[in-house]
Amino acid sequence: MSTPKTHLNKTGDELVASYYDLHEHAHPDGYSTNLGFWIYLMSDCLIFAMLFATFGVLGGNYAGGEGPKTLFNLPLVALNTSMLLFSSITYGFSMIAMQSGKKNATLIWLFITLLFGLAFLSIELTEFHELIETGNGPQRSAFLSSFFTLVGTHGLHVTFGSIWLVTLMVQVGRFGLTAANQRRLQCLSLFWHFLDVVWIGVFTFVYLMGMLR
Amino acid sequence: MLLEAPSTHSHWTPLLGRLGFDALPTEPIVMVTFAGVALGGIALVAALTYFKLWGYLWKEWFTSVDHKKIGVMYMVLGIVMFLRGFADALMIRSQQALAFGGSDGYLNSHHFDQVFTAHGVIMIFFVAMPFVTGLMNYVVPLQIGARDVSFPFLNNFSFWMTVGGAVLVMASLFIGEFARTGWLAYPPLSGLAYSPDVGVDYYIWSLQVAGVGTTLSGVNLIATILKLRAPGMSLMRMPVFTWTALVTNVLIVAAFPVLTVVLALLGLDRTFHTDFFTNDFGGSAMLYVNLIWIWGHPEVYILVLPVFGVFSEVTATFCSKRLFGYTSMVYATLVIGILSYLVWLHHFFTMGSGASVNSFFGITTMVISIPTGAKLFNWLFTMYRGRIRFELPMMWTIAFMLTFTIGGMTGVMMAVPAADFVLHNSVFLIAHFHNVIIGGVVFGVFAAINYWWPKAFGFKLNVFWGKVQFWCWVVGFWLAFTPLYMLGLMGVTRRMRVFDHSFDDLRVYYIVAMLGALLIAAGIGAMLLQFAISIWKREEYKDVSGDPWDGRTLEWATSSPPPEYNFAFTPIIHDLDAWTDMKKAGVPRPTSGFADIHMPRSTWAGVVLAGLATAIGFALIWQVWWAAIAGFAVLVATAIFHTFNYDRSYHIHAAHIAEVEDKRTAQLAALSKEGAAA
Repeated sequence: MSTPKTHLNKTGDELVASYYDLHEHAHPDGYSTNLGFWIYLMSDCLIFAMLFATFGVLGGNYAGGEGPKTLFNLPLVALNTSMLLFSSITYGFSMIAMQSGKKNATLIWLFITLLFGLAFLSIELTEFHELIETGNGPQRSAFLSSFFTLVGTHGLHVTFGSIWLVTLMVQVGRFGLTAANQRRLQCLSLFWHFLDVVWIGVFTFVYLMGMLR
Repeated sequence: MLLEAPSTHSHWTPLLGRLGFDALPTEPIVMVTFAGVALGGIALVAALTYFKLWGYLWKEWFTSVDHKKIGVMYMVLGIVMFLRGFADALMIRSQQALAFGGSDGYLNSHHFDQVFTAHGVIMIFFVAMPFVTGLMNYVVPLQIGARDVSFPFLNNFSFWMTVGGAVLVMASLFIGEFARTGWLAYPPLSGLAYSPDVGVDYYIWSLQVAGVGTTLSGVNLIATILKLRAPGMSLMRMPVFTWTALVTNVLIVAAFPVLTVVLALLGLDRTFHTDFFTNDFGGSAMLYVNLIWIWGHPEVYILVLPVFGVFSEVTATFCSKRLFGYTSMVYATLVIGILSYLVWLHHFFTMGSGASVNSFFGITTMVISIPTGAKLFNWLFTMYRGRIRFELPMMWTIAFMLTFTIGGMTGVMMAVPAADFVLHNSVFLIAHFHNVIIGGVVFGVFAAINYWWPKAFGFKLNVFWGKVQFWCWVVGFWLAFTPLYMLGLMGVTRRMRVFDHSFDDLRVYYIVAMLGALLIAAGIGAMLLQFAISIWKREEYKDVSGDPWDGRTLEWATSSPPPEYNFAFTPIIHDLDAWTDMKKAGVPRPTSGFADIHMPRSTWAGVVLAGLATAIGFALIWQVWWAAIAGFAVLVATAIFHTFNYDRSYHIHAAHIAEVEDKRTAQLAALSKEGAAA
């Protein structure tokens, strides 16, 4: 056994001091939050990975119906993409404001982020509406089932992000930029940017490469 | 005795969805079970009310965020569901023993198909998973010298989500029906066209609700192990059980989202008529089979890795030796974790993906046996020249080593694609996976229960009834499954309900298997007796030392049961087997100078949110849309309301800690006086 020799000559008190943390400082609140939230995000990332894989397998199965070339409206999608990208930038501004302790500026940038997010959702819903109206809903073909599910899951995430954002605006408004609130804003920031990254995947693999099919 | 299948999908009303009186049981077997469970439930509720235990349970257990209590509750859930799952097993075995020579047995096909589906689903998701999660929850924070997990509220919520899933499965027994598809619900059979009633929806939503809990508990334990280790505990000084728990939880977080997606897609197909897995409109059933096994294969390692950790702890403790090859054990665990993602296709070699693909997956499957074999040799070399104490946990470990090895070998047999074309879907496969899951996971859980029970409750378990349980299980297992290996080699397929006259000479195998199942039933009875007698005689079996087995890891450094704060002072780690190191160095237990300890507060939120999620699941199963939507709105509102509570922790005062620790000081002094007198 490799009991360290150095302990052999120690008195009881010295031993206690070297084997027990006698002046312990508790872990600060939220000590593991950042890591935990990252791990959660990676699990969410897997959900998207599976939906991408499903789209990869089924995306060409039009079942005699229309394909991406005739269905997708690229200028609209480009506009939509810009909404989401702008919202990430404004969220970044909000975080800069938070770091310098400017509560009002933080709230204003959060609000602008929310507007971009809502704009994104509205455009997406318009697109979905048009597709369904013209008989190209998720029941039309496996291609459209996987398209609606992938893009719709992303949209649902943005919806929940927006609800969360409003909640945090209320909480920052009421309780200020406390440590707990800053931590929450950090988490939402990770979440929001994560959705942006996923959307870049959607834009590339679903829309752009769809047009090449 | 063939009975008409109840049709539960004939009507839909806005108020109740598909729910109606015809959802209630009509078959005599189910009605009797229903009556029994209802009466038992009423008696339990009445007893709890009479003895005024609701307040105690709510305050001390249901709302508790203490990882130890949550761990115990997981184990209780596992045991309760084990009885249900085993009742299903007995029904399968007796049906198959009876339905020969023109007899139809006593279960009609409608019922039999539900029974084998429920057996698989319950045993994996609501027995094995709660058991391993419960063990990890209880033991890991103690082994790493932490006061609780990283996210205590989330832990409570995860547990109740698992309960919610179990509740939905149990509800399907009495309201409507369960899936008749086999435990992985392959489409197109599980699709709307062939399974139009609620069975598959019960399957989907019970697993979705429980799956959220499992994923979050995985996130929680990874963060706990990475962030909350005691000072000095580097990764390579972590106890092996904690290592296996870490790899297991990484697998959980990397596998369960896949299950979530594949079940969601199946749900969309069934509810909104999309075409992911349908036969027409471009759907692909094989996509489902691939996706579900991409979750499913890691899942079996999620179950078995933690018990590999248990066996490592038990072997080292009861051989009074440091574990042989700690480093190789850690790397073997990691390698198994990685390889578990590269073998999923061996579950369907017969799909026809071609020789190259099948060869790749056949080889990766065989390669897994290398790190697993390394583990076995490590345990053997730990025993070699050790002073082995044949206590119950060690007995289970030896039974595991003998049983599991054979299960592993039959696994390698089936990894040969050519052989698998013969063995696929036969009862040989059934024998194989019961061989590894019972011989591995179940034996491991029993070893763990016998090993850590004294830690959790402060008294040891009765040895005699433990040995009865042991022999009933080991002999019963081989009696039940050896015939299935033989039948499988003869080509008998799984899930058979009746056997016509041409099978008559095979009946004896099924009768032997039935006897084996009955012996296992006796083993379960012995276990329950063991618990009851041990609780009854708990004063006699009391362990004051907190270290009844001469343990090696930190959980044995504190009292049994440990105080809510686990350790009055966080230990500092200098070596692997930290507690052995402390005992060798003769470190005295600090008895003064206590400081306040910061702890998380109990919360109602976990129970309430999981209860709402379960109710929403029920509404979705029966397509009561208004209730599902309203329930979801309430769920979101409640979750948001809960985030307005910023005051989630409190301090245990030094005076209180001094009181608890002084009591223990006195107990230990009395114990050493007794020892000196003896």
